[in-house]
Amino acid sequence: MTARSICSLSRALKAVWSDRLALSAAARVHGAASCNQRHKSTYTSIPPPARYGGRHTVTLIPGDGIGPELANHVRELFRFCCVPVDFEVANVDSSLASEDDINNAIMAIRRNGVALKGNIETNHNLPPSYKSRNNLLRTTLDLYANVMHCQSLPGVRTRHKNIDILIIRENTEGEYSSLEHENVPGVVECLKIITRPKSLRIADYAFRTARERGRRRVTAVHKANIMKLADGLFLECCKEVASGYPEIAFDSMIVDNTTMQLVSRPQQFDVMVMPNLYGNVVSNVCAGLVGGPGLVPGANYGEDYALFETGTRNTGKSIANRNIANPTAMLLASCLLLDHLKLHAYASMIRRAIISTVTEARLHTADLGGQGSTSEVVQSIMKAIQSTGPMTLSI
Amino acid sequence: STKAFTNTNSILNHYIESIQISQQNLQTVTLIPGDGIGPEISSAVMKIFEAAKAPIQWEERNVTAIKGPGGRWMIPPDAKESMDKSKIGLKGPLKTPIAAGHPSMNLLLRKTFDLYANVRPCVSIEGYKTPYTDVNLVTIRENTEGEYSGIEHVIVDGVVQSIKLITENASRRIAEYAFEYARNNQRASVTAVHKANIMRMSDGLFLRKCREVAENFKDIKFTEMYLDTVCLNMVQDPTQFDVLVMPNLYGDILSDLCAGLIGGLGVTPSGNIGANGVAIFESVHGTAPDIAGLDLANPTALLLSAVMMLRHMGLHGYGKKIETACFDTIRDKKVLTKDLGGNSKCSEFTAEICRRVQDLD
Repeated sequence: MTARSICSLSRALKAVWSDRLALSAAARVHGAASCNQRHKSTYTSIPPPARYGGRHTVTLIPGDGIGPELANHVRELFRFCCVPVDFEVANVDSSLASEDDINNAIMAIRRNGVALKGNIETNHNLPPSYKSRNNLLRTTLDLYANVMHCQSLPGVRTRHKNIDILIIRENTEGEYSSLEHENVPGVVECLKIITRPKSLRIADYAFRTARERGRRRVTAVHKANIMKLADGLFLECCKEVASGYPEIAFDSMIVDNTTMQLVSRPQQFDVMVMPNLYGNVVSNVCAGLVGGPGLVPGANYGEDYALFETGTRNTGKSIANRNIANPTAMLLASCLLLDHLKLHAYASMIRRAIISTVTEARLHTADLGGQGSTSEVVQSIMKAIQSTGPMTLSI
Repeated sequence: STKAFTNTNSILNHYIESIQISQQNLQTVTLIPGDGIGPEISSAVMKIFEAAKAPIQWEERNVTAIKGPGGRWMIPPDAKESMDKSKIGLKGPLKTPIAAGHPSMNLLLRKTFDLYANVRPCVSIEGYKTPYTDVNLVTIRENTEGEYSGIEHVIVDGVVQSIKLITENASRRIAEYAFEYARNNQRASVTAVHKANIMRMSDGLFLRKCREVAENFKDIKFTEMYLDTVCLNMVQDPTQFDVLVMPNLYGDILSDLCAGLIGGLGVTPSGNIGANGVAIFESVHGTAPDIAGLDLANPTALLLSAVMMLRHMGLHGYGKKIETACFDTIRDKKVLTKDLGGNSKCSEFTAEICRRVQDLD
């Protein structure tokens, strides 16, 4: 066993067995910090996962709602393009209260290192001890950075044009710590935890990504005028990291002003970094601005694992199994997956075909105001790939 | 036929109000001009109310924090006395003190009068173009607890915990207010905004209380929606929303988001409802110290808040009159302040509205 796997195993054990009090938060943070220091030189790039016979294995979690049908389309497309990826399906049943299937899924992801998933529904009529499965995945695998790139796509009619915002959201702590208690009947306390190591980590990730992609400004979104200690700490960490990247401008904005600016002048934003809940709001607002939940893919990166899904994480229960869902977001997420596996040629080929299909208004699905069906869109993408690309299977 | 009904309704209101005037039933309102552009926009509103012959008697008061007995900061006793007597207040923007040693004045007012509901109706203003047209929704935000409880601790060095407090009483109170508001203002549906999939117990409690209260208001449609779904749909199609009720933080973000949809804080009215029938209506923009005293300010936000106040007091006829005059002026685009895209002075804008109000009589 390598040092890294021992470290991650001990981290996993700590997460499963330790008591969910602030003390454990500190212990977890301490453990993660000591691991970080040892592997500081390698944590800049997540190593591509194992390949057997030149083919990658990727865990696929179909999820609920439109998840299964979109997952099938992804498999269909990959098979058509002869992409050297095999999917290991791990089904998670959201109606059961047991944690077995989610633990199996987590183990599969640890084994393969990469996953593609649909959203798993959280039935909030079950007792509070039943935690959100999506959140459990993110925190157990320590997928600390959620990256969403919102760009205006040609051919999609929106109220605002020329939007190009990269949203980097802390994915594991903040308001989503799931630490709640009811000391007095009728009074519930929910803890929002902000820690220095995780804030530094996400800020560093944001600035590094900005530098890699040639971005010029990073904006931190916060509410430090009210939550002086918590968001104050986050802001302080961002400022500290910013000083190490002098070529990138850094400013900050309060979250309510941010949403106001986003609906009036979204072109002013470049890269945005923020804690968990504000990230939820801002990423959904930006996704709405560029055309809706059907267009934007999302990626969750951790030190050892990567998970790809649609950006706004909707189950789409009302449009499930009617062949009207927009597959663009999921297919673009699969392109991000291919980029992560360093299969760049396949990724660019599929992405080009998707963008060319989206510009055709005739093929727009219902969420974009058209009447196309999911299968029509996927067929059109495959045709586009066949006409321009290398050898593929016949349609 | 709806128009005829509205006309009859407004004629009836006018009749009732003229009886009230003839009975010398002037209602007192505590006016807090505020800082910066506060005094000039307050005087603009007073002028317009005079032109409309609204039965309002203004009692001007200043709120600067003073240290009371026991070392606790409080608002001046004459301001508190005036508010307790009149129950209705209109407030301009207040300066936020930095390192003054006392909390913000807005927080003090909120605590003193237990202002538990913040109501912001967001209606698209014809004539002030934004990418969003036909916005017509109301955000009702719980204003006393939630994420803004101010309870924070440093657990160990580098680990901070902030507590979000949700209580049964506050949730029930805000839900009841939301449904009553919907009923009194002929709104068709109330949507509870939450994140109960993640914050199972806290937002779960809020949601449960909303559901319970909804049982008593069967004539109003009740729906629940996740915060992220609301944000996503709001920027794509805001016409699908009617009344939204939510805890503190979500309310803060969403109400500012909706203000951005209709044109910003300079044209958005806001009202704070408290226990014991107290209500304070305010403009939510800043004090704009750079244009203070230069007759350049835009009184629309404070004016629309005053219209909200008239409606709250039952003086619908006057409210409609003043609101129509204001919207007509903005729609005409001949006399507009700088932030609305024109180059008239505040006094000119006010005079134009006064003229229209008198014409409408």
